[in-house]
Amino acid sequence: MADRIQFELVSPARLLTSMEVDMIVVPGTEGDFAVLPGHMPVVSTLRPGAVDVYVGNTDKPSERFFVAGGFAEVALDTFTVLAETAIPMADLDRSDLEQEISNTREDIEDARSDEDRQASEERLTQLEDMLNSLAEFTRV
Amino acid sequence: MANLKALRGRISSVKSTQKITKAMNMVAAAKLRRAQDAVEASRPYAVRMERVIGTLASGMAGRDDAPKLLAGTGADQKHLVIVATAERGLCGGFNTNIVKAARAKIADLLQSGKDVQVLCVGRKGRDALRRQYGSLIIETIEFAGVRNIGFEHAQPVAQKVLAMYEDGAFDVCHLIYSKFESVLAQVPSVAQLIPAQVADADTVEQPDLDGAVYTYEPDEEDILRALLPRNVAVQIFKALLENGASEQGARMTAMDNATRNAGDMIDKLTLIYNRQRQAAITTELIEIISGAEAL
Repeated sequence: MADRIQFELVSPARLLTSMEVDMIVVPGTEGDFAVLPGHMPVVSTLRPGAVDVYVGNTDKPSERFFVAGGFAEVALDTFTVLAETAIPMADLDRSDLEQEISNTREDIEDARSDEDRQASEERLTQLEDMLNSLAEFTRV
Repeated sequence: MANLKALRGRISSVKSTQKITKAMNMVAAAKLRRAQDAVEASRPYAVRMERVIGTLASGMAGRDDAPKLLAGTGADQKHLVIVATAERGLCGGFNTNIVKAARAKIADLLQSGKDVQVLCVGRKGRDALRRQYGSLIIETIEFAGVRNIGFEHAQPVAQKVLAMYEDGAFDVCHLIYSKFESVLAQVPSVAQLIPAQVADADTVEQPDLDGAVYTYEPDEEDILRALLPRNVAVQIFKALLENGASEQGARMTAMDNATRNAGDMIDKLTLIYNRQRQAAITTELIEIISGAEAL
């Protein structure tokens, strides 16, 4: 049994990362769970949140990604996360997000049709999810 | 000699056309490479999605409470046909071939007494189908000005289709697009989108689990319910990408042919031009000589 696990983050458009890691923590729909080498095969849906990647024997995640839902598949020593939206946490900025959130709130008020409003509301939830997981990140 | 001047005009006009087709060929070649990369890059997601759905669906087969997206509505009366074409022309038979396949499919369905609705993705398909099946077209989604098709473009289409399905607007949905086989071959294809056509669990390549079995979280049904709508979006996205690559491939070939034709035409016109010029010179000389002899 390998002492590392092959981690792949895939979006519909492309393969975002593929690397060997020691541990990954993902936000499952029924609670966060960590995957270590030798984990039993699991298929789980994900809720919006942060995927933490641990390389080496550290307490701090070496890389973090925000995913807006998706699903994860663990097969022996490979771990695949399929997400429609995945952004490296380092690319997110708190003030930008807050600005974006207030913009989207205005959009909701200005929306002329129900469809526009719904689209903006979805965007708002996603942005708030991002902000929440970013807040957790800075606390760690 | 007005004729000579007219010939000169024609030669220069063909030359400038050739310049345009050559430029379009080169642009298409560059875009083709990008489009091909995009198709290639989208494969891992689709493959894994298909595998998981295949595994789950085989467990659900034949059950009464199977999700509607998988089992269908139980009826086969109302059909939705999505016709995905390009936004622009000048790409050989690309749009025509897709529209031809669409016409055949629609005619086939109408003949067997089904209700047909058409959703056009791309302007060219709407333009071509409007005359014959204008009353069946419920909507056209255009991607004018979109340079690179992204998943965010496929998603609204999928959402629209899913919402219609929820409302019971149709029972079966087909997607017509052009499959990219190679630069020279683009095959118009018809794919069934809803109810989902799932690869057989036996034919799908399963990862080696060392005898272990997948655990599902939450249970299999919930996962399948979450995945099937996503699968529709992924299928549409895949079709749009294949279409993009096919379009550029078809345009490249078409423009290559056009450039070669223009070259042939220039050669022919130049030959005629030179012959006429010489004939004119000869006539002038004869006139001068016979004029001198008469003196």
